[in-house]
Amino acid sequence: MTEATTPAGSVLERGRSATTAELGNRAEWIRLRTIDLIDQAGGGHYSSTFSVAELYSVLYYHTMRLRHSEPKWVDRDRFLLGKGHAAIGLWPIFADLGFFPVAWLDGYGTLGSPLTDHPNMRTAPGTDFSSGSLGHNLSVGVGIALAGRANERDYRTFVLTGDGEIQEGQVWEAAMAASHYGLGNLVAIVDANGYAGGDGSTSVTMNIEPIADRFSAFGWNTVEINGNDIEEVVAAFDELPSPSSKIPTCVIARTMKGKGVKMMELAPNAWHIGKLLTGADLVQARDEIESRIR
Amino acid sequence: MTELSTEEKMEDIFSEESVKRAAQARNIGAELSRLNDVRGDVAVLVADMGVVAGEFRQRHPTHFFDLGIAETNTMSVAAGLAAEGLIPFTMLMSCFGMLKCAEQIRTDVASNHLPVRIVARGTGLALGFFGTSHHTVEDIAIARSITNMTVVAPSDFNAFLSLVESTIDLPGPVYFRMSSGAEDASVYDSVPVIERGRFMTVRPGSDVTVIAIGNGVVAALGAAEVLAGEGVSVEVIDAAYLKPVDEQAILRAAEHTGRILTVEEHNVIGGLGTIVAEVLGRHRAPSLLKIFGLPDEDLAVSWPAVLIEHYGLTVTGVLEQLRQLLAEEK
Repeated sequence: MTEATTPAGSVLERGRSATTAELGNRAEWIRLRTIDLIDQAGGGHYSSTFSVAELYSVLYYHTMRLRHSEPKWVDRDRFLLGKGHAAIGLWPIFADLGFFPVAWLDGYGTLGSPLTDHPNMRTAPGTDFSSGSLGHNLSVGVGIALAGRANERDYRTFVLTGDGEIQEGQVWEAAMAASHYGLGNLVAIVDANGYAGGDGSTSVTMNIEPIADRFSAFGWNTVEINGNDIEEVVAAFDELPSPSSKIPTCVIARTMKGKGVKMMELAPNAWHIGKLLTGADLVQARDEIESRIR
Repeated sequence: MTELSTEEKMEDIFSEESVKRAAQARNIGAELSRLNDVRGDVAVLVADMGVVAGEFRQRHPTHFFDLGIAETNTMSVAAGLAAEGLIPFTMLMSCFGMLKCAEQIRTDVASNHLPVRIVARGTGLALGFFGTSHHTVEDIAIARSITNMTVVAPSDFNAFLSLVESTIDLPGPVYFRMSSGAEDASVYDSVPVIERGRFMTVRPGSDVTVIAIGNGVVAALGAAEVLAGEGVSVEVIDAAYLKPVDEQAILRAAEHTGRILTVEEHNVIGGLGTIVAEVLGRHRAPSLLKIFGLPDEDLAVSWPAVLIEHYGLTVTGVLEQLRQLLAEEK
């Protein structure tokens, strides 16, 4: 798959045309680039990134209003990655959208690289807010959404959290505030892949279900989808209420940790961090992903 | 003075001078309202206790946010507002607004160089009636060790006004350490000019130097007056900036009087005394140094004025410390 050739400065409108095949291919491209970057750096979170590849693809190539090569454009839709350890999948996208030179990817994992395992807004253009401490970004998103209202801008603010992340109490303080302030311009996406970082199945460690009912009880619209199904993701984002509406929306994206590489799907937490694809495994993983590109 | 609402009185019911303090809180709100009239980018956030925002709440409702009893969320929300170009003032009780939010302040605010203003009210023993949970005697140590943080300690309301205005365009965060007495005290007759990173000499002297913050400045001025009657000349310095700190002022005092007493309503570990000791040590500057503050032990609980008396952060207490320091051999 080749990089996009959109002219610098052009506005990428909300809901812009993209076929299911194109968005699916883009998700696979994200997976391949993630493998490349982890291979280059010697470490990174494959399975946490693979679970959100379709979400990234649809958000950045269909749903969000952006401006090519202008990551700070004031009317862009904002995206905050609460589960910051999946930032590696964003870097190829940001380079492709002209937010920084593609050559920056070559330095990923080296001392002084502006692109880091968790995203840093001060170094990586396109990063709307830094993350790394789970549970903060929904609060920050509330602040950005409130600023949108105060500054009379109609941007949307998307915050992608992990399902383990919502075990953090601050998430629920933010959820309470979002509905209290009527933030229809705020969209939380929970990457419900069922696994947290260290102790395996999220709800075995600490039950987080029923996620939709919990957000609903906090005054949010909720929609539950298969987050690895392009058509379902597109439909959910296409049907978001207007940013001027008064109820925040939570998209519970049921995903598979390690989606797209069988050995990871079968042992998602073994591939959370610390394990590298090498030799025949590396070839097999790449072949598996490439075989799905249409 | 106009009649205060019940809510305003309640806000500072813990203070012996509740009416006066509530009026000052209202003045902070008035000042921030005035700033926003001019700039339009000021926001005020509270975690309950919205009365501390005074008239700002009514006059700038689109820029006022009460996040309820949820301090950590409040701090991260402020970071989000700042990322979008606003200058948020978080006005929280220091025991929760600083200690509980230390990680949000570091990770969301300071690491990202965001211009959040953290107005920590009720530091030291100011809320001490309510229990040990409400003491805030570690905040300077935490705030000053956070990279990119500016730390100021206004000794009275005029100093606060000066510091708010002079730091308003700083790109990074500012921690305002509001001491228990600072909102009522009278150190400056008018709004002083306090340059970034500078201490203020509020009384010249040649025998001994007191470097103080907050209500320690007023106590030191009182002690200096008493000693003047005995022929002892006491220099009193208001350490308005704790970070960046006025190294030259400290070194000048070491050279000039060679006897330095620090006074602070903070744990003797990590605060003003530590700062002064670090500077003297770093520059190998010979001087006697006496660090006077709150002992590193379980602190007593009572009304603030009783506690201040108990720990000697008074004219009498500072006088005693000065007499001890003056008796020491150089």
